[in-house]
Amino acid sequence: MGVDDRWKGYHETDPGPLGNLLTKVADLPGGQVLVGAADALVDWGRKCSIWPLTFGLACCAIEMMSTGASRYDIDRFGSGVFRPSPRHADVMLVAGTITYKMAPRVRRLYEQMPAPKWVIAYGNCACSGGPFNTYSVVQGMDEIAPVDVYIPGCPPRPEALLYGLMKLQDKIMAESLTRKGVPVLEPVRDRQGA
Amino acid sequence: MNLCEIGRELERRYDGLVRVVQENPDLVVEVAREKLLEVCRFLKDTPDFEFNFLIFITAVDRVDYLEVVYCLRSMSNFRQIMLKVQVPADNPEVPSLTGIWPAAGFDERETYDLLGVRFSGHPDLTRILLPDDWEGHPLRKSYPVDKRPVRTY
Ligand code: SF4
Repeated sequence: MGVDDRWKGYHETDPGPLGNLLTKVADLPGGQVLVGAADALVDWGRKCSIWPLTFGLACCAIEMMSTGASRYDIDRFGSGVFRPSPRHADVMLVAGTITYKMAPRVRRLYEQMPAPKWVIAYGNCACSGGPFNTYSVVQGMDEIAPVDVYIPGCPPRPEALLYGLMKLQDKIMAESLTRKGVPVLEPVRDRQGA
Repeated sequence: MNLCEIGRELERRYDGLVRVVQENPDLVVEVAREKLLEVCRFLKDTPDFEFNFLIFITAVDRVDYLEVVYCLRSMSNFRQIMLKVQVPADNPEVPSLTGIWPAAGFDERETYDLLGVRFSGHPDLTRILLPDDWEGHPLRKSYPVDKRPVRTY
């Protein structure tokens, strides 16, 4: 399995004033230590408050709501704050079937989210169209926007969503303020379950 | 009056234009297109029948022709009846039932949207499920299985 590079370079924006400053600092003797510490601090802050956007597209949303309820305590990962506005949100939790009629709206919501932003494709439908290879269903969220974490299942259990969030946290921790975009990692294949 | 008798009464009244195709477990009658409105009004207004609730409207593509299906229910007599109207595939047009049951409006729009049946007399026959600029009617047998819309965003 290779790397999915359909969206390669899509997020490569200017590192910004802070990033440029840190790049200069990194060149000074001992500067790497400072940059590493700054990265760790910022990444830690980001990974502990991944606020999801409140929306569900189909049956998977029920399981997402269940994850948000008291039994599974999603607040442990700082993701309990479901935001009603895309401008407050950090992660787009695509839970359900994306139809061609809905796709432009999903895309617009994604564009309204401020960077840094991440996308979790939750459920078979959002990963690949699921059971619906039909006239009206988009074959996966990655046709609309870059996806960071795929969670298969129909629907996936809440534990799977929590595990996906932890995977996203790992990914966020690998980011750096001085780099453009996110380093491309080989997809991690887990042998969880059978 | 039981269901079988209703069927026979319809056949007697609209001789040759209504045909009972099934009696058990549900009564299914085939109605000629031009008599549809009259039969529906008769079924709704006759005190003994009182089919006052329209359950659904749908259609079936039989390749040579389309079959529009109406399911009516009598809330006072606890029974239901199915009406079928055959229309040619190249000119699928039936009269709208919105004048009799206003609830027919949405169902007729859905049937138009997915199967392309035109309901003459409908106040607003536009697409209801698919986007307005969709081409074709996807539940028709002639619609290519792998046809997908072009995305523009
Ligand atoms: S993956 Fe299954 S449960 Fe989730 S939206 Fe699709 S059909 Fe529904």
